Amino acid sequence: MARKFEPVVISANDLFDGRVIYLTGQNEWVSHLRQAELITDEEQAKHRMAHAMALSDRAVGVFLAPARAGENGPEPGHPREAFRANGPSNYFHGKQAEDA
Amino acid sequence: MYHHSEFDRAFVVDRAQRFRDQVNRRISGALTEEEFRPLRLMNGVYLQLHAYMLRIAIPYGSISPDQMRRLAHIADRWDKGYGHFTTRQNIQFNWPKLVDIPDMLDSLAEVGMHAIQTSGNTIRNVTADHFSGAAADEIADPRPYAELIRQWSTDHPEFQFLPRKFKIAVSGSPNDRAVVKSHDIGLRMIRQDGEIGFEVSVGGGLGRTPLVGKVVRDFLPVRDLLPYLEAILSAYNSVGRRDNKYKARLKIAVQELGIEHIRELVEARFAEIRPLFDGSDQEVLERISQQFAAPALQDDRSTADYDAARDADPVFRSWADTNLHEHRHPDYAIVTVSLKKHGATPGDATSEQMRVLADLAEKYGIGDLRISHEQNVVLPYVHRADLAALHAALREADLATANIGLISDIIACPGLDYCALATARSIPIAQQIAERFDELKLEHEIGEMKIKISGCINACGHHHVGHIGILGLDRAGVENYQVTLGGDGTETMAVGERAGPGFSKDEIIPAIERLVQGYLAVREDASETFLQAYRRLGPDPFKAALYPAEQKAA
Ligand code: HEM
Ligand code: SF4
Repeated sequence: MARKFEPVVISANDLFDGRVIYLTGQNEWVSHLRQAELITDEEQAKHRMAHAMALSDRAVGVFLAPARAGENGPEPGHPREAFRANGPSNYFHGKQAEDA
Repeated sequence: MYHHSEFDRAFVVDRAQRFRDQVNRRISGALTEEEFRPLRLMNGVYLQLHAYMLRIAIPYGSISPDQMRRLAHIADRWDKGYGHFTTRQNIQFNWPKLVDIPDMLDSLAEVGMHAIQTSGNTIRNVTADHFSGAAADEIADPRPYAELIRQWSTDHPEFQFLPRKFKIAVSGSPNDRAVVKSHDIGLRMIRQDGEIGFEVSVGGGLGRTPLVGKVVRDFLPVRDLLPYLEAILSAYNSVGRRDNKYKARLKIAVQELGIEHIRELVEARFAEIRPLFDGSDQEVLERISQQFAAPALQDDRSTADYDAARDADPVFRSWADTNLHEHRHPDYAIVTVSLKKHGATPGDATSEQMRVLADLAEKYGIGDLRISHEQNVVLPYVHRADLAALHAALREADLATANIGLISDIIACPGLDYCALATARSIPIAQQIAERFDELKLEHEIGEMKIKISGCINACGHHHVGHIGILGLDRAGVENYQVTLGGDGTETMAVGERAGPGFSKDEIIPAIERLVQGYLAVREDASETFLQAYRRLGPDPFKAALYPAEQKAA
């Protein structure tokens, strides 16, 4: 039996500075997970991945990152994604600091 | 201290220039990421969770004040004002931008530093005892040999594409402070019939298959060092598996084929290779050794001030009791500066702290600094008369934590806070353990205790050789921590045994507390360390402390 498809967003790191980036429904790479396109269908995920790979040479290591629907857009679907979306827990660095 | 030759300098500068070209070609789109990735890895550049990471080698942990200041400068100019010292005597910067890395490498090259062979399937940074040249128990200074190995292995054409990465460590003392038996090749200096040589072990390693290295040669004369290493590498190159990344390390070949078989291969190769060495390596060694000649030490200063300060100041005394190590010269001490302040990130130093350490090394430590595999900084030559002043200066820089070898002197890898391979966090666990035992004021009572934490099975935090090892795992998206007991990273190396089921991140600190309280309850007296008690009693009393509920249910 096929496993149930868990929702994802398309994520990567920025080539220049390594920053975590996400793909929006408008095919733009953005900094914030909540602006990313949440994909809930497996076929759609395949299709969007193929698109993302072709889309930008500034995105390194494009992959499907587990995510969940939240009130203000997608939220991290795995602890690793929470760190990628916010920054490390030992210093106020990374995204959390960029936003401050 | 070794000074780079003109050849070394030109080589490092050239490599930085080539990397600049490669970065430019990547950014212009001339190179794809697939093409670029191996090139950046060859220069110590990883892509981690939040950013790139640059890993810089500190060969055998030896670093000059000027080099340390340069690291501080790099931290300020291109990173976030700090650096992370690692168990492999490297420093890692967690936030560089790719476009800045060529400038960082140029800056490093100016002081003879680089990131070459800090990644990739090649011979990695050669590590050694951080007390080299200074320790009272030393048979011979291992640094000249480590430097010889560094020169031989750097850019050696035959060893750039090994089946897997390859690690070599050298210890000059019977007391192993370089965890030599967890390396592909471990070299331990010994004296036999008046002659100095090496006991050579092979096939050690941590990671997913932790194995203690096996002795392949009981006594290797110094003059045979390079041909013998070359024979081992050559044998490895032929038998190392290239079909499966997880089985590619020398340790697997030793495990699968047996040490006798490996010994035969190595000795046969050695017989072929030995005549090819014409003695020029010994001339190089001679030149290197001169640079490591023992420094002139002061014999005419009184150490009365030191004794007076010990009597007068309990804070100084406590620090001296834990952070000093016996020097070969009775008027001197080896000082370990803790980068493990309670609640801080193990192994991190701010740029300001790096500068203070550089200044203090010049003022009180004949300009010599070391990075230990336990993620601390060592000043190997401090006169006892200067210790009180040194301590006062360290206090001002927040560097005077008196905890070397104690429960808060924890090795922890970056874990899920930074590392792309991690399955759980390491740093916060280390922070919480240190803070908890500081609150309990039990740290000094517990005595020698090595806790080591890794955020995944790659074991960068050496958890297998921790008296208490903690391995972070992912259990269906939840951090889970498995405890191992009885590991030992010294000359009596042992791999810790798994105690039982793992703990959640909320359970792990109380579990460690129960475990340590359990040890305090069963030890014979204050002189019996945790490891000794574990070896005497076996795992049962410790498991009972870790899993009290199960015990009751049974
Ligand atoms: C965050 C970046 C890091 C990455 C991506 C990384 C990657 C790895 C990998 C993949 C392995 C497993 C190699 C194998 O299969 O044998 C490994 C092992 C190891 N790493 Fe790291 N590491 C990182 C940071 C560190 C740090 C910070 C330290 C020191 C605190 C360290 C020291 C080691 C050691 C000692 C081993 C054990 C190797 C062995 O003997 O088998 N690494 N690392
Ligand atoms: S042990 Fe795992 S999590 Fe920790 S640094 Fe090594 S690879 Fe990363």
